[in-house]
Formats: sequence, structure tokens, C-alpha cells
Amino acid sequence: MQLTPLFEALGALATTLDPAHAEPAAHAAAAVAGEHAAEHAGPILGPLFEVPRYFALIPFIPLLASVLCGLCACLKVKSKLPAWITVLSLATSFLLVCLLYTKVQPEMPDGGHAIIHAFDWINFQYGPDAAQTLTANFSFYVDSLTCLWMLFVTGLATLIALYASEYMSHDLGAGYCRFFAAFCLFVFSMACLVMGDNLALLFLGWEGVGLCSYLLIGYFYKKPSAVAAAKKAFVMNRIGDFGLSLGVMLTFVCFGTIEYSKLMPQIEQYLALAREHRFDQIPFLVQLIPVLFTVGAFGKSAQLPLYVWLPDAMEGPTPVSALIHAATMVTAGVYLVARMFPMYLCSEWALPIVAWGGALTALLAATIGMAQFDIKRIMAYSTVSQLGYMFCGLGVMGAVGGAAHVFTHAFFKALLFLACGAVMHGFAGQLDLRRLSGLIKLPGWRIVSVTMLVGCINLAGLPFITAGFYSKDTILGDAFGNPHTQAIGWILLITAGLTAYYTFRVYFRVFVGPAYYEPGDELHAHDDHAHGHDDHGHSHSGHDHGHGAAHADKHDHWRPHPPGWAINLVLSLLAVATFAAIPLVAVHPHWIDRVVGASTAGALPPHHAHAEFFGFDAHAAMKVVSGIVALAGILIAFYLHYLGRTTAQTARADKLLPLFGALARGAQHKWYVDEIYHFLVVRPLWVFSHVLALLDKVLVDGLVNTVGWLPKALGKTARPLQSGILHDYALRMAGGLAVLLLIVLLLAGGFSGLLSGGGAS
Amino acid sequence: MNHFSTLALTLAQADWPAPLHQATLMHYLVVSAIMFVIGLVGFITRRNLIIMFLCTELMFQAAGLSLIAFSRFHLNHTGETFVIFVLTVAAAEAALALALVVLLFRRKMTLDAEGWSELRG
Repeated sequence: MQLTPLFEALGALATTLDPAHAEPAAHAAAAVAGEHAAEHAGPILGPLFEVPRYFALIPFIPLLASVLCGLCACLKVKSKLPAWITVLSLATSFLLVCLLYTKVQPEMPDGGHAIIHAFDWINFQYGPDAAQTLTANFSFYVDSLTCLWMLFVTGLATLIALYASEYMSHDLGAGYCRFFAAFCLFVFSMACLVMGDNLALLFLGWEGVGLCSYLLIGYFYKKPSAVAAAKKAFVMNRIGDFGLSLGVMLTFVCFGTIEYSKLMPQIEQYLALAREHRFDQIPFLVQLIPVLFTVGAFGKSAQLPLYVWLPDAMEGPTPVSALIHAATMVTAGVYLVARMFPMYLCSEWALPIVAWGGALTALLAATIGMAQFDIKRIMAYSTVSQLGYMFCGLGVMGAVGGAAHVFTHAFFKALLFLACGAVMHGFAGQLDLRRLSGLIKLPGWRIVSVTMLVGCINLAGLPFITAGFYSKDTILGDAFGNPHTQAIGWILLITAGLTAYYTFRVYFRVFVGPAYYEPGDELHAHDDHAHGHDDHGHSHSGHDHGHGAAHADKHDHWRPHPPGWAINLVLSLLAVATFAAIPLVAVHPHWIDRVVGASTAGALPPHHAHAEFFGFDAHAAMKVVSGIVALAGILIAFYLHYLGRTTAQTARADKLLPLFGALARGAQHKWYVDEIYHFLVVRPLWVFSHVLALLDKVLVDGLVNTVGWLPKALGKTARPLQSGILHDYALRMAGGLAVLLLIVLLLAGGFSGLLSGGGAS
Repeated sequence: MNHFSTLALTLAQADWPAPLHQATLMHYLVVSAIMFVIGLVGFITRRNLIIMFLCTELMFQAAGLSLIAFSRFHLNHTGETFVIFVLTVAAAEAALALALVVLLFRRKMTLDAEGWSELRG
């Protein structure tokens, strides 16, 4: 009710803005359509087709599972029941999504879309005209892009829930239920975000995934660093979300609707202008919208300057890192850009911002990742870096490359995180690559090591046999293919080499080489007894490297416990999936090409000159060049971290460290970005808030205290009157009476009159 | 006592105050006022609860006396009727007040009014 005036104001703005813009634009659009009819691929939106309404259950099944997990917590369930509820519900959702895909696929050549109406949500008429209505229903917009995202979101969520059923088993009870409740709620929110047919539902999902991310990062709420990381993630995301909410409002102001199906036809006219590079005829506010969306996308997808929360988010349990902070939630920003791609094309600055933000983030995060020792944190920086790649792909107007990399990255990064999680789980929280070595030689660790290798070659982009290579290649080719973005291409190429190096730095140090391990700081006594480690007693061999005898004694009885069937199964499935993805992104005609092309992300970009890479076609050249770069990175890592390494702690790379001096130190300290933020943002705010606190204390409190103090002071002066002594009261009463009488008598004419009157009688 | 009687005798011999031939309203009122002031002064100065109570009775009767005097002066019975009512109420009130005094005494084992001075602000 209180929002009514706001909506009215927005509506009034929309109506005043609309005709002013629409008229010249419409003329221009007509002119353009006449001249370049052949160049258009047709309207952004294809025909509408019908899908059965039960597909609206896809988001609601996880929501129901979340409620059930909450009920389990209330009923104090101590079994793995919540995990099975989660796996079952997510698998059902996944199957429904697969079924949905089979319905969408035949429509893909026409670029069709469907709208599934679940229920009415917001329907608000702000003016006398029926068209002046803000409509945002709980409806789902289904096209090929929706399917692409939902396929890997629900598919990976199912697998990771299965993994988590084992990974979280040390926390059976209330924590287990809480974990899976938040996990399912996350999938519900993500589904709302991806499937929503309007920006309000997208925003709901956007905030929902942010909340679940906060809840799950802070899962170990008794650990101060986890709580701090959760808060940091939440606050950083609020900054981005502020931009997104402004963008949504501005969309409504400019177009009078926030539903994709009504928005896209309106963008068409501006898109026609943009294809002619006549950006000066597109209203400023319309060009501003995608920039505001980018702020939101950079916050959620951890790009410069809002990326610092993602590495800290590794405080959460590893399945959460894999699902939320590597595979799905952080790609929400990429989804937003892809979904709103026609709008991005209408803006002169939005795509360059996206591309440059992504490129700088990719390079910066890769350099930091090279110098870290915590393997999970290396993967986090690698995620930030790869997200930068995806944004670059979109920013250089190659939506296909961006979406393809989201798809392949989701699988191999989830795989990498889950493998790291298995190591963390088995070695009592040990993640330091100087304290782990040669895991492949330990019994029970072969599957983890091999699947980790699969993940690593994908991330490094080993030529021709990995899906990661092809998707990364598409982005590089798009970047070099555009004469304006070749600088970005070079940055990405350097980053590709760094990526290959730091990925295999982890692999060569942790999984191969001499066998050695130290337990981490989460050494639980019950772990040792629960898993009967007598069957692999010989693993603790050949690895005394100057740690005192006391240290060895302390951990002498400790043995790592290798992962169980659930973890191994999930890792193997994911490893297979990364290979299964190759034909989807590599075999012509690309499946991913058709999927992206059939959606809103397939809007034709403005025509630009085709650049060549030293006289070769950019895409073909990249197949060779990026492959060589990746191999070079792997070989350097092989030489520095594997060859001649006899101990776990040191490698040849350590001898090179002094050569790099400040560079190495800077990368190790994450380029002091946290410190800079602390100095530039946190400290001034701290000072400002203390000034405000002082003002509050002196001015506001002073005023209130004075008001409170006055009656008290008055009371203090009057208090002695109530002495409690009866005679005092009597005396004062008599005195008062006397004074009163005196006054009455004086007023009545004095004593004389009274006396004379008395005398007369 | 001796001095008093000597003084009174001397004054009587000196024919002062003038012998009363007839009591006027003024006389009654003066007696009433004197009684009231005695009661008031007694209430203020004495600390014994019973004495204080007696003093209030004295003030009460002083008021009653002036009422009767006025009643006679105006030749109607309103005042006298009123006083009879007042006396009835006073009897009841006396019973109540004495009971209160007894209770207060039982609490502190003293009749001193100062003993209850903790009821201060």
C-alpha cells in the first residue's frame, strides 16, 4: 500500500519518457529495416509455443524438499534422510528439465519460447489506462538458454547433493538438516532466477541465492572466519544488487514493463539503431540500464572490483563451494548479461565495460592463484579468473563462447572442487600444497587423483581432448576476431598460460611426486576410530622432512581416510561428463551455437570488421596458439614442480622466488587488494561512523538526557518536603491554612472590619 | 498553681475582666478558637500518637462548639443536627483511629510518630 505513490511516480515518468523516445526511434527503425532487411536474422523473440503446465514444478520441488529438510530438523532426525530427500527431489527436477528440453529442442530453429504461468504475483495498475500496469507474475520463461542453464544447475546440484551426503556425514543431526534445507532453497532460488519470465522474479531469485550463499558460507557459524566471510559475501553482493535493482527500475521507467516477452520487442527498435552504430539516437537512460545490470552481474559473479568475497567464501563446506561458488550461482551474472544481451547491444559502453572488467579480473585472479598455497583458494581464484573469461566472451559480442564456457566450466570446476573437498575431508582439513604430496600413491586415492587430473586438463585447456579447451578457444577467437578487442585477446592468452601453470602446480605437487602427508587442524578422534585404518598402514613412508620427532609421534596413529562410494561415484560421473561435453561444444555445427542462437542471447551484434591473427583466421589460429600456450604452461609447471622434486615442501620454483621478489610477494598477498579496500573503504567508513556516533552521543543523547534530567532535578528540590515526619506535614498544613486565612481576611477588608462586625453583634 | 490562683485572685479583686452579665456569640467563638489552637499546638508539638489523636478530637469539638453557637445565634437547628451527626461519626472514627494506633504500636513497640518517618520521599 505504501508503495503506491512510488509506482505512480515511476509510471508517470514512463509515460512522459515513452513518446519522446519512441517516435524518432520508430522512424529510424523503419528506415533501417528497409535498407538492411537481409542482414536481420528476424525479431529477437521467436514464436510462442505451448509446454505442459506441470513443468512449473521444476522450481517448487526443491522448495518442498527444503521445507521437508526443515521439518527433519524440527523432528531431530539423526539419519541421512535429508540428503536422500534432497537427492531425490533434485533428480526429479533434473528429469523434468531434461523432458522440458526435449519439448524445446524442436522449436530451436525458430528461436521459439514458451511461458509457463504458475500463479499471479504482482499485478498493479498505476494509471487510468489499462496499459499502465506493472505485471510480474510467477511465470517461467522457457527457451533454449533457460534449458541450458537449468540442465547444468539441476544436474550438478543432484550430483553434489549425493557427494554432500557423504561429505557432511560428520555433522549428522541438526547441522545436516540445516545444510540440505539451505541447499534445496538455493536450487529453488536459482531456478527462479534462471526461469523467471520477468526481472522481478529474476531479482527474487538473485536475492534468494545471495541469502543461501550467506547461510552456507556461514555454515560453521562457530568459526569466526566463516562468519566474517559470510558477512563479507553478503555486503559485497548488496553493492552489486543495488546496481541491479536500479537497472530493473530504470527498465520499467524506460519501457513500462519488466517482462521479457514484452520487453524484447520494444528493444528491437533500439537494436536496429545500434546495428547502424547510431548510438547518439538511443536515449541515454536506455544505454544506462545494461551498465547498471553489469554492476549487479559483477557483484554476483565476483568480478573487479567486487571479487574479493569469493575467495573468502571458501570457508563454507566444499560441496557448497563447488555448487554455489564455482558452478552455478556465480554464473548468474553471466546469465543476466546473456539474457539481456539485446539490451547490452543497444549500449555503447556496456559491453566494453563487461569485456575489460572480465579481462582484468581474469589476469589479476590468475596471478594471485599462482602464488597461493591453499588448494581450495587456488581453485577459488581460478573460478574468478574463468568467470572473467566468460564475461570477456560476452563483452566481445560472442555470446556463444561465454555460454559455452559457463557450461563446460560448471562441470570441470565442480569436479576440481569436489576432488579438493575429498582431499580436505580425508586429510582432516589439510589444504596446503606444501604439506601434501603424491596422493596417487596412497591406497584408495586413485579415483580422486585421476578425476582431479581430468579437471586440471580441462581447466588448463589441454588441446583437442578437453571441453574446456574448445570453449576457451571460442572466446579467444571472438576476442581476436574483433579489431577493437585484440588487446583483450592478448590479456586472455597470457591468462590462459598462467591458468595452465597454476592448475598443474597444484596437480604436480599434491597428487604426484613423493608420498607425504600431514593432517590438517580438524583432527577428530572419532574419525580415526570410525574408519578402521588398519588396512592401509604403509602409506606413511619416506617423508620425514625436519619435523621434530614429537610431531611425528603426535600423528603416528593418524591415517587419512579415503573417500567412500558416494564421493568416488560423483567424481567419476563428473569426469565422464566433462568428456561427454566435448561433442556439444566442439563438433560442427555446434550444439551450443544453436542453443544460444535460439535464445535472446542470439541477437545479432552490430556488424564489425573481421580482424585476423597475424594473417590467419582468428578462430583457427587460436586452436593452435592457445593449445601451445596451455602446453607451455603445463610444461613449465612440470619442470618447476615435478622434475627433480624429492621432498614435499620444496620444488625448483622456490629457487626462482627471489628473482621475482616483490612480484611474488604481491601475488602471495593477493596484491594487497583486501588491505587497499580496508584502507579506502572500511577505514573511512569506520571514522565516519564514529563521528556520527559521537554526534549521536552529544547532540541527540544530550537533548534527550536534558529532557529527562529536568523533571528529575525538579523532583530533587521538592523531595525534602516529603520528610515522612508527621509533625512537619501538620505544621505545614496549619501554616498554609493560616496564610490562606490571612489572605482571605485581608481581601475581605481586614481585621478591623471583622472586629467591628463582631463587636456589633 | 499557687501563683495562678494568686494572680486570678488579684485580677478578680481588681474587677478584671469585667463580670459577665450575658454570654454573647463572641464568647463562644473565642472559647472555640482557644480550644482549636490548643488542639493544633498539641498536635504539632506532641509525639505520642494517642496524645496527637486526642488533640485532633479537641480541634473537632472546637469546630462543633462554634457550629452550635452559630445555630443558637441564628435560631435554627441545622447546626445542632449537624453536630449530632458529627459526634456519631467521630465516635466511629475514634474507634477506628485507636485500633490503628494499637496496630502501629504492635509493629514498632513504640507510640512515637517519628518511628514512621521512613515513609518519606
